[in-house]
Amino acid sequence: MLTTDTPRPLAPAPTVRFRWLDTLWLQVTGTLCNIACQHCFISCGPKADQVPMMTLAACEEALAEGTRLGMREVYFTGGEPFLHPEIQALVDRALALAPLTIITNGLLLDDARVEWLAERFRTARYSLDLRVSLDGMTAAQNDPVRGRGTFERVVSCLRRLGAAGLSPVVTVVEHETGLEGNAARQAFLEFVRGLGIRQPRVKFLPLLRLGREVRRTHGYEPEEAWGAHALAASVESSLLCASSRIVTAQGVFTCPILIEKPDARLGDSVGQATRDISLKWDACRTCVLDGLRCNT
Amino acid sequence: MRAAFFGGIYNNHLALAAAMADARARGVDALYCLGDVGGFGPHPDRSLELLRASGMPTVQGNYDHSIGLGLEDCGCGYTDPRDNHFARISYAYTQEKTSSVHRPWLAGLPERLSVDAEGTRLVMVHGSPRQQNEFLWESTTPDPFLERLLEQAGADVLLCTHTGLHWQRRLRSGRRVVNVGALGRPANDGATHVWYALLDTRKPEPVELIPVAYDFHQLVREMREERLPEEFVETILTGWWTTCLEILPARERLRGRY
Ligand code: SF4
Ligand code: SF4
Repeated sequence: MLTTDTPRPLAPAPTVRFRWLDTLWLQVTGTLCNIACQHCFISCGPKADQVPMMTLAACEEALAEGTRLGMREVYFTGGEPFLHPEIQALVDRALALAPLTIITNGLLLDDARVEWLAERFRTARYSLDLRVSLDGMTAAQNDPVRGRGTFERVVSCLRRLGAAGLSPVVTVVEHETGLEGNAARQAFLEFVRGLGIRQPRVKFLPLLRLGREVRRTHGYEPEEAWGAHALAASVESSLLCASSRIVTAQGVFTCPILIEKPDARLGDSVGQATRDISLKWDACRTCVLDGLRCNT
Repeated sequence: MRAAFFGGIYNNHLALAAAMADARARGVDALYCLGDVGGFGPHPDRSLELLRASGMPTVQGNYDHSIGLGLEDCGCGYTDPRDNHFARISYAYTQEKTSSVHRPWLAGLPERLSVDAEGTRLVMVHGSPRQQNEFLWESTTPDPFLERLLEQAGADVLLCTHTGLHWQRRLRSGRRVVNVGALGRPANDGATHVWYALLDTRKPEPVELIPVAYDFHQLVREMREERLPEEFVETILTGWWTTCLEILPARERLRGRY
């Protein structure tokens, strides 16, 4: 009998058919972030250089390829995208081709940046959207995972965005009990409205037990892998990996969740990465069972 | 060829009748409906009877598919609890009040209609040619994506609805995309009229989006008699959407009141 170090499911994991390229993600700043959240699923931080920044040229190439493949939208992520020295050029390049969403912790959005974003929001050819992370309605709830003082700073950023007439999606990771369910969503919406955001939007995200979160709590158990269980067609087609890919400075990966898994690397270019994949990673269970869909 | 295209009726039989009369007065050769006959408004059978009596070719919307097959929900896929609450109310109402004689008709509607209009290939769908419930919003639908979509569908002009907001665009290739908007509720612009699209192949700018006024006070009376939510009534009276807002892209949303 064949033995291996890590237990493996007996049958192959189900396949996720690649439908088409809806969303092209760019990990513009690699793993570089200005903070180091306890639950960050890709261990980003001020000294985290395991994935380097993308150059402007590399981003342009990826955007051109995405355009050829008929992408519908672009997401910028990191790390913290606003740490990229050429972020304004990047935003303009993307917005000339497709709608853009930037995933940010909000801490670098000072008055000048907010004003610039509001101007782009009003005049760009396609829609510009922001996702700002805030993991609680109080400092006591947010700061233990995102770092001391971050609650106050994000709240002022949200007020600035609201005053500029922008309405970011506030994303909330369900890092502790009490943050899930309809009542929490409703309360969060009202909280965001109270910060002067006229049309509040919130998005709750289940916790991914990867990266630094493994140290905060624990990782996935081997028996938690999705294994050989069949996948309903409606679930399969709604998974992120069915209609998007992420480009990093180290190649193209199945999805933004797995950029630290070498076996989730699909190739050097987006064109090489538009193929079916198998749901063999432990984090896949979170997508399938908790309905994690990165898109709004 | 001169033709009118109606989207998203949402049980608004009064707007449907007004738009049919308006289009006929403009001398159209044909009327088409792009689906979602039910939802939101009162008395589903009234719109269905109008449509079926007119013999208007109709594309199936996601709502028609769900009601036709008696499925559990409308397939709109909201995640916001408030949106879900209202979506459930209008779906349950339409489900209950749609007579069984119309269900097989709804279930059997085609997902796509293609028409040759004097050498111009028109393709009509509800959402997009590849997916019945795909939203094509003005601010989030890039040109290169549309070029591909129309090429794959063999369309010179693509006509769609599903978002409830009308817009049109001429692509670099000369192909056109027209979201015909909805007759069922106003376009989240603070006005009470609703919209449809008129195509005239002889004109240099062949597509015109047309606002139609209708007796919305009568619709409101019927909605209240049927005990439909006051939030829906407010939309009809003010022209501002009050529910199902989470699907709106940031830019379209900021144009509205809520
Ligand atoms: S969760 Fe976001 S903000 Fe926090 S360390 Fe990771 S990348 Fe930075
Ligand atoms: S983690 Fe989620 S998005 Fe990534 S491959 Fe697994 S199921 Fe797909």
